[in-house]
Amino acid sequence: MKNSAFIKAAFVFVLLIAAAISLAPARAENMRLIGSGASFPFPIYATWFKQYSGSREGVIVDYQAKGSGAGIQDFINGTVDFAASDAAMSDEEIAKVEKGVVLLPMTAGEIVLAYNLPGDPQGLKLPRDVYPDILLGKITKWNDPRIAQANPDLSLPDMPITVVSRADSSGTTYVFSRHLSAVSEEWKNGPGTGKTVQWPRSDKFVAAPKNDGVTATIKQTPGAIGYIEYSYAKLTKMNTALLQNKAGNFVAVGGETGKAALANAQLSEDLRMWVDDPDGENSYPIASFTWMLFYKKQDPKKAEALRDVVQYCLTEGQKIADQMGYIPLPENVVEKVQVAAQQIQ
Amino acid sequence: MALKAFEGIYAGHSISGPPSTGDYLWDRGFRFVAWAGAWIILALVAYILWKIGGQALPAITKYGLSFVTSSTWDVNKEQFGVLPEIWGTLYSSILSLIIGGFFGVTIAIFLTQDFLAPRLAAIFRTIVDLLAAIPSVVYGLWGIYVVIPTLRPLANWLNSELGWIPFFGTSLCGPGMLPAAIVLAIMILPTIAAVSQDALRRVPYKVKEAAYGMGATRCEAIFRVMLPSASSGIFGAMVLGFGRALGETMALAMLIGNANQISLSLFSPANTLASLLASNFPEAGQIEIEALMYAAMALLAITMIVNTIGLYIMNLSARRFEGKK
Repeated sequence: MKNSAFIKAAFVFVLLIAAAISLAPARAENMRLIGSGASFPFPIYATWFKQYSGSREGVIVDYQAKGSGAGIQDFINGTVDFAASDAAMSDEEIAKVEKGVVLLPMTAGEIVLAYNLPGDPQGLKLPRDVYPDILLGKITKWNDPRIAQANPDLSLPDMPITVVSRADSSGTTYVFSRHLSAVSEEWKNGPGTGKTVQWPRSDKFVAAPKNDGVTATIKQTPGAIGYIEYSYAKLTKMNTALLQNKAGNFVAVGGETGKAALANAQLSEDLRMWVDDPDGENSYPIASFTWMLFYKKQDPKKAEALRDVVQYCLTEGQKIADQMGYIPLPENVVEKVQVAAQQIQ
Repeated sequence: MALKAFEGIYAGHSISGPPSTGDYLWDRGFRFVAWAGAWIILALVAYILWKIGGQALPAITKYGLSFVTSSTWDVNKEQFGVLPEIWGTLYSSILSLIIGGFFGVTIAIFLTQDFLAPRLAAIFRTIVDLLAAIPSVVYGLWGIYVVIPTLRPLANWLNSELGWIPFFGTSLCGPGMLPAAIVLAIMILPTIAAVSQDALRRVPYKVKEAAYGMGATRCEAIFRVMLPSASSGIFGAMVLGFGRALGETMALAMLIGNANQISLSLFSPANTLASLLASNFPEAGQIEIEALMYAAMALLAITMIVNTIGLYIMNLSARRFEGKK
């Protein structure tokens, strides 16, 4: 009797194991899409992918914010299903990918000049010939006549200007230095455009790691000015400068002015387009797209899932862009991207 | 007659006996494990050097010595030089060693020379050791939100009153050398304090009693007898602390200002090799990675030189003060 009870128990146990084994492949059918890259759009990508994974059965999207350069490297090495980059991809890099590359702009951001002045004055105006000179170290005091002239109603202190920049190489610096090169001839011939640039040598130029490091340093340093992503400035309620655009107007950062800037983008075939110095009365001068990178050829099932992710981001995803401090893509760009997404096969 | 004493052994009546085969194997095995452990560590160091050196080789042949004597780090123009970083690494480490070393040894004296009841001393020791468990990032944040605002008024007063002294040559805007060195000093303090305490405790009690017996005051006993007797251990503590300061990354990246410049001023921003490596690696392209590997080699070389000098000083002090040869 005892023996048969034991056999029964063993039988049930074996059945359970068999059931567990047969269930395992069913769970493995969950598709996992892995991406890595730019940290600037990470907050919005993370929200998108979380919502997407929640709304679709069986597809999970993982995204790691490693930085644009690392994302491109992973993409070339083929260790990810997609990547993201603030600086798109260079022709050289595209040539290294045998499976072909589809570049899709997914959202856009603005870069602000955030400042910290005693008395918390709002709405500092910076003309387009003044802020490059601050960043070149040629204007060193807050009460410099050229700043004072543009801000007659602000009382500016006799204080040195401390410029805070990014210590790590980043897409933010790339976009910002691109804009400065477009605006200032001297910047173009001096520091130039790049993910890191050689800043002027002065004890009033400091650098901090990552967007949050720059934000914290500006907040803790009276007399500081620095460039950060708009979403970070919005989150931390920093004072941001009104910048003079190409049309000559002083424009505050925001969803509307960013959209106006992007409306000027010249649509190009490969969707690598820049708005270094946008036209338009109401355009905020420093804005840029940010891209996701996909392979042209891959497993058809995966391709279908990826196209679905893109479709979701372009429709549902754009609705939350504004409140998160990003710019929703203009209609004409969305249409173009939807067409281009069909190349993911 | 003499052989009779061993008869018992051969007869198996004694607990002592020649080692058995098992004993031999155990002994051989132990010797092999100890030997292999030592060589694996050496091999690991050699492997790291070989790997980093291999990746740095293109940059070494291309830039040569100008890499350590020039001061521009410009990826776009492919100009790389780490002189400001070498300067910043050494300057910040030496400053922190002066501050941290002074307080570390003071604490060690305070905790070992019967100033406190033993139980109270144990509590103090635990608190100092706790400092070692705080993560680097927390130190960095503490530096940004507490140290810099506290230092700023004092630093700017020193600059305006005594600005002609090169050390106070600039005003402190925010991140800079002094806040970085102070935070670094606190980070290396537990290491120096713990190792110095061991060194002081290792001095035989008789030595101290003899000093008191000859009529030395407590102060004389500590400075003339105890410290010299423990000097090689204390120098060892300093070398360990200095090594840690050289390699510290995150807190420094947050506090030193990462500015590519050389300045004697305590209040101006600077940069260190470790911070340069940490900041630039994630996004570096092929050419920059080679340059960064070269910078890593420079950091390794500095650490090696410092340790060698430290070892030399330790030997010297052991001979000079402790009468060892």
